[in-house]
Amino acid sequence: MNDTFKITIDGKEIEARQGQTIMDAADAAGIYIPRLCSHPDLKPIGSCRVCTVVVDGRPQAACVKPVMDGMVIENDTPAVLQHRRNIIDMMFVEGNHFCMFCEKSGNCELQALAYRFGITAPQYPFQFPEKEVDGSHPDILLDHNRCIMCARCVRASQELDGKNVFQSIGRGFHRKIGVNGEKELGDTDMAVSDRATEICPVGCIIKKRVGYEVPIGQRIYDKAPIGSDIEEVHP
Amino acid sequence: MSEMVSTIKKICKRYGNDRARLMDIVNEVQDALGHVPREAFGLIAREANTHRVEVESVVSFYAFLSDKKQGAVVIRLCDDIIDRFKGSEAVGDALVAALGIGFDETTADGKITLEKTPCIGMSDQAPGMLVNDTVITNLTPAKIPDLVRQLMANPDPQALVAEPGDGNNADSLICAMVNNNIREAGPVILADYRKNAGLRKALTQTPEEVIEDVKTSQLRGRGGAGFLTGFKWELTRKARGTEKFVLCNADEGEPGTFKDRVLLTERADLVLEGMTIAAYAIGAETGIIYLRGEYAYLRGFLEHTINQRREAHLLGNTILGHEGFNFDVRIQMGAGAYVCGEETSLISSCEGTRGDPTDRTPFPVVKGYMVSPTAVNNVESYCCAARIMDKGPGWFASIGTARSAGTKLLSVCGDCERPGIYEIPFGTKLRELLARAGAEDVAAVCVGGPSGQMVGPAQFDLGISYEELSTGGSVMVFSNQRDILEVADAFMEFFVDESCGYCVPCRVGNVLLKNRLERVRKGVGEQKDLDYLQRLGESVKFTSRCGLGQTSPNPILSTLKNFRPVYNALVKENKTGFHKSFNIMKAVEQASAIAGRRSEIFHA
Repeated sequence: MNDTFKITIDGKEIEARQGQTIMDAADAAGIYIPRLCSHPDLKPIGSCRVCTVVVDGRPQAACVKPVMDGMVIENDTPAVLQHRRNIIDMMFVEGNHFCMFCEKSGNCELQALAYRFGITAPQYPFQFPEKEVDGSHPDILLDHNRCIMCARCVRASQELDGKNVFQSIGRGFHRKIGVNGEKELGDTDMAVSDRATEICPVGCIIKKRVGYEVPIGQRIYDKAPIGSDIEEVHP
Repeated sequence: MSEMVSTIKKICKRYGNDRARLMDIVNEVQDALGHVPREAFGLIAREANTHRVEVESVVSFYAFLSDKKQGAVVIRLCDDIIDRFKGSEAVGDALVAALGIGFDETTADGKITLEKTPCIGMSDQAPGMLVNDTVITNLTPAKIPDLVRQLMANPDPQALVAEPGDGNNADSLICAMVNNNIREAGPVILADYRKNAGLRKALTQTPEEVIEDVKTSQLRGRGGAGFLTGFKWELTRKARGTEKFVLCNADEGEPGTFKDRVLLTERADLVLEGMTIAAYAIGAETGIIYLRGEYAYLRGFLEHTINQRREAHLLGNTILGHEGFNFDVRIQMGAGAYVCGEETSLISSCEGTRGDPTDRTPFPVVKGYMVSPTAVNNVESYCCAARIMDKGPGWFASIGTARSAGTKLLSVCGDCERPGIYEIPFGTKLRELLARAGAEDVAAVCVGGPSGQMVGPAQFDLGISYEELSTGGSVMVFSNQRDILEVADAFMEFFVDESCGYCVPCRVGNVLLKNRLERVRKGVGEQKDLDYLQRLGESVKFTSRCGLGQTSPNPILSTLKNFRPVYNALVKENKTGFHKSFNIMKAVEQASAIAGRRSEIFHA
């Protein structure tokens, strides 16, 4: 059985394989679909919705939607880009993101995405929720102010570290990342060498004492916009 | 060993120390201890072979579970808009006065906790409340002092039921003061029927022939989504898997809907018959009825009905002597989460986790409960299927319209003379339904609940059907005395409370929508706020992950469309150039307090 076929993204025909998601196929073809919760080493869960594309007229999250022969996908259209921008804005206003004081600045995927979208300020009013900061772990800081509930840490701990340090608790606007300990992160078996420590796209989980080893200005997204690595595959 | 520890160990053991039964375990711990104490999370996790944070994840998700000690009696006042319009706020005030506590508080003696809860499925006899599992209907503020006095003297809430309602509500296993309020019975569901004739007929056919009949009948899912039931069964039958499951969605959470309450009360046998037919058709041996926590008062009766069917060989092994056909049903209790009516959330909940929805590729028909092919159908759909097998697919398809076959059970409530259940053929005009329900001076009707649409008189000549006015059963009537935007606001409040928070647009977007609607309602909104609502609402609809977020902006979007003048009247043109929503006095208030003097420029 021939398991490769063609799909179309924004009018461009690309190769796809059975079992790939739309995002996999697009990545391989050098087409960047913006994303936050998705990570190449983790099972996709489609929670941030930034990768929303239109497939045969219907919205789908590219990170979870499997490709099918002949699929026609809209990715880079004004309407889709506007929806994505709105979602990025929502993430900024639901937390407390002070980029200029954040250790993750320059390495932060949310910040980088905002720059890529030309966002200088969110269009929605800040909600200024009260969030906790958990500094109980000797080597790791957990700052809920910057959490976007992408659950990368939940998955990394389970899928890559063989642990179960994190899980979502609560619901709705009060949903947050909980830890598998009596009270705080220091009560868990989390280790600084865990993949879950470095997989956070924002500044919610950060290693202590190394925040400024790489100076601002020389960080990942100071050099090239987010997504450039994918687009470079087929320049 | 402390009592708490032994109680928890016993409960976990009863469920085979199985993490997939975590919902049942924490539900029972809650019943036994009055809460699920945080100190017990670790113990439950160890006993149920899971992790502490997974237990916290479940307990923190469901509204009926609490990690804080509650009274032996928990009063949950129904807080939907229908109840509010029928006076529930005054009832709430009376409760507060009689108990001497506020909402979300427990009396000093630790005996009674007071809470609010969304629609409990009693909108036809509002205002209502739950006292533990006991339903109290037709409340007035005057009745409250006596009710509270009785509860303080005798904490058994069943003692409050002076006179049970009609039909099976008076059955000793239900004994609820609930009335069925069946106003109009139709030919399919509420007509007299021959018990198990459908099942017997099905067993004379092959499973494929049964599926063909259901397909021919054009039966579509009665929960509202309208997927072809026969097609769903066929996909489940054909999907690869050693085990298959039949799930009944009895998580009737859409505000204003109460038809499943009546079906489970008066047609429990028919529901189970339909499930058994589905099991035969797709090749399933296990069925689950997911019963919303609000309907816990029906649980004993349903379990009894299941037992009776086992004794009559209508469930269990070799059903009706049919060699190789084994099927049994269990009840899974919910615990107060609207999103669990979404089929993938319902499955998550049945598997003992928080009720987050899952991605719908693969669909449940391929990978559902326990990663096995699963058919999830509405209570009413199963009733229809059983009747189709008895009376034939042609008979069923001849009722209704070309694209909406059969009849629909509607729960009509709100401003009308005769609230209750109407079984109408699809295609019946809304205007006709309103006349039959005795609704006059109607300004708006919410068809399909908050996730449906608000329509005005211009749409009253549309028919109730999948192609025109689609509804899972909810029809809420609002007279011209009501504030349409108060209704929309209450619906948004509902969605904010019920969003699971998994995806960004639903978690955040609904909060932003509600806040901006409030601004408009206060009269400090502008025309551009309406554009904001429209655009944001469209984004939430377009990008949300499950049906909740994909429909949650409907109260705003459908009122913007059908009741634009109401909005326009609130956002009169502002010539000053200042933002009306900006209050300079409020903005300098904090600074004035710190400075210890009022602003020289801005002061009242």
